[in-house]
Amino acid sequence: MKSGRFWAWVVFALGAAYFFIPLIATVEFSMRMRRGVYSLDAYKVVLGDPRFQATFGYSVLAAVFTIILGVLIVVPTAYWIRLRLPQLRPVVEFITLLPLVIPAIVIVFGYIRMYGSSSPLPFLASGRGTDALLVIGYATLALPYMYRAVDTGLRTIDVRTLTEAAQILGAGWGTIITRVILPNVLIAVLSGAFLTFAIVIGEFTMASLLNRPAFGPYLQNIGANRAYEPAALAIIAFAITWGCMSLIQILSRFAPRSANRPN
Amino acid sequence: MTDLSLSDHAIAGKTAPPSEARAFRLPTQWLGVAPFFIFAVMFLILPTLYLVLGAFQNAAGAFTFDNIVGIFDPPNLSNYVQCQYDSWISWADGNCRLPTILAAYWISIKISLASSLIGAFAGLAIAIAIVRGGLPNWIRSATLTFSGVASNFAGVPLAFAFLATLGRLGLVTVILNTVFGLNIYAHGFNILSFWGLTLTYVYFQIPLMVVIITPAIDGLKKEWGEAAATLGATTAQYWRMVVIPVIWPSFLGTVILLFANAFGAIATAYALTGSSLNIIPIVLYAQIRGDVLHNPHLGYAIAFGMIVITGLANVFYIWFRTRSERWLK
Repeated sequence: MKSGRFWAWVVFALGAAYFFIPLIATVEFSMRMRRGVYSLDAYKVVLGDPRFQATFGYSVLAAVFTIILGVLIVVPTAYWIRLRLPQLRPVVEFITLLPLVIPAIVIVFGYIRMYGSSSPLPFLASGRGTDALLVIGYATLALPYMYRAVDTGLRTIDVRTLTEAAQILGAGWGTIITRVILPNVLIAVLSGAFLTFAIVIGEFTMASLLNRPAFGPYLQNIGANRAYEPAALAIIAFAITWGCMSLIQILSRFAPRSANRPN
Repeated sequence: MTDLSLSDHAIAGKTAPPSEARAFRLPTQWLGVAPFFIFAVMFLILPTLYLVLGAFQNAAGAFTFDNIVGIFDPPNLSNYVQCQYDSWISWADGNCRLPTILAAYWISIKISLASSLIGAFAGLAIAIAIVRGGLPNWIRSATLTFSGVASNFAGVPLAFAFLATLGRLGLVTVILNTVFGLNIYAHGFNILSFWGLTLTYVYFQIPLMVVIITPAIDGLKKEWGEAAATLGATTAQYWRMVVIPVIWPSFLGTVILLFANAFGAIATAYALTGSSLNIIPIVLYAQIRGDVLHNPHLGYAIAFGMIVITGLANVFYIWFRTRSERWLK
């Protein structure tokens, strides 16, 4: 067991080195902008860049709409599958896993060919339509994570009893979903939402191919043209991902632990 | 949708003759999942089918295998002219080298395979170390938290981080050169190469492996080790006959998942190597942007080929996962 612990430390140290050296190197590189001394100039330049603010704002907005669309699609479906149509569960689970099988670039390629300006549904004919298509594309990318988060949340509550109790009190379906089910799975929904945010905020492929002024294409553009700013942006992006994951961890502490009656 | 209560439904289902109940119930039941299915069909299934069908059609819309065959063809002369200004063509030695589509698939498969195997073994080692290695408890939770972050830290920023580390002016490159006198670029290393990209992909592959495989290692029951010891097994025998057979299916399954994960990725490679490394998503990207292959249907065929490869990978993944779940329940 002694030698086992030694090797465990070795493996851990090697892993830690591999994961921390790039982070340290990036921090160091991002502070080299002013010759001879370490400074935060690169961060100042990046944060002061109006294109940074515009594209970041655009991507945050896209993420918010993606989360709203994702919740609207996933929560009623997952609820209904648990309550009434358990036989459809394998089908729905399979569909929600499809975005992991079909690469994002293929999905967006299909959009470009199917929803062009001469098609019956010309999403790409206008800027607003393309924005909508981008949000839809992001929602499909987030589908596996969102569905799994919500379904896990639903597993911990007694969907049937809650529904019947609400119905006895005279609630309609809209009321049941928005005022009974949603608050009960809110933490799960928020976990899914933060994960979606982390995925969407720097997404490059879809935004770039749909020609949207999003954060991902901006990052790529800066990377191709500047020296120190990309490193600063990488640190900012890492901090955002870290923030999202920490929020999920904090939220999971408030989540109910066990199912009273698994459906 | 309906204001019939649930209990009404239940009663109706029990008392009414089945045919009548069905005729009455079906529409409302299915309305609840209709938005999801409409969304999935319109924005996931139809766009994919459109490309798949397009892969088997020629410009006139007739059925053909030409596009699929075209994947295996060497590039023709019109592509060569194109080569002068198309970004996806490789410029390695100043000459215009023409990669075939097949070569691009092959590089993609090699990078995905290398990064998934390295990521899987390293991730497995880390997972075993934090679960069974007798390390302090905080290391386990810190590693899992960090893995959650790092597995989602992909795309363009990851490329920046590795450029700052192993690029020509990166910290590690410079330190190796000034402190140890080792110029890795003189020895043939390049971040804009197969190994550079593989090393970068490993940064999100290892954490993904750790996140997925740790529960499987947690599932190894202490009793099994004790039982093996009681029966006189050595540590090596315990690993060979108990641990490896139990972990094997979920390990293989995760390798495949990592493979598909790397295969579809484009942003990291595009930001890192620009267009100097022809992996298949970058070829497809260039084709979507500017029809560099001068044949839209060849683009569909490339997309179809990508779906076939990731699809096959996932079939294997599901198969291995169902096998591993037998043990871990």
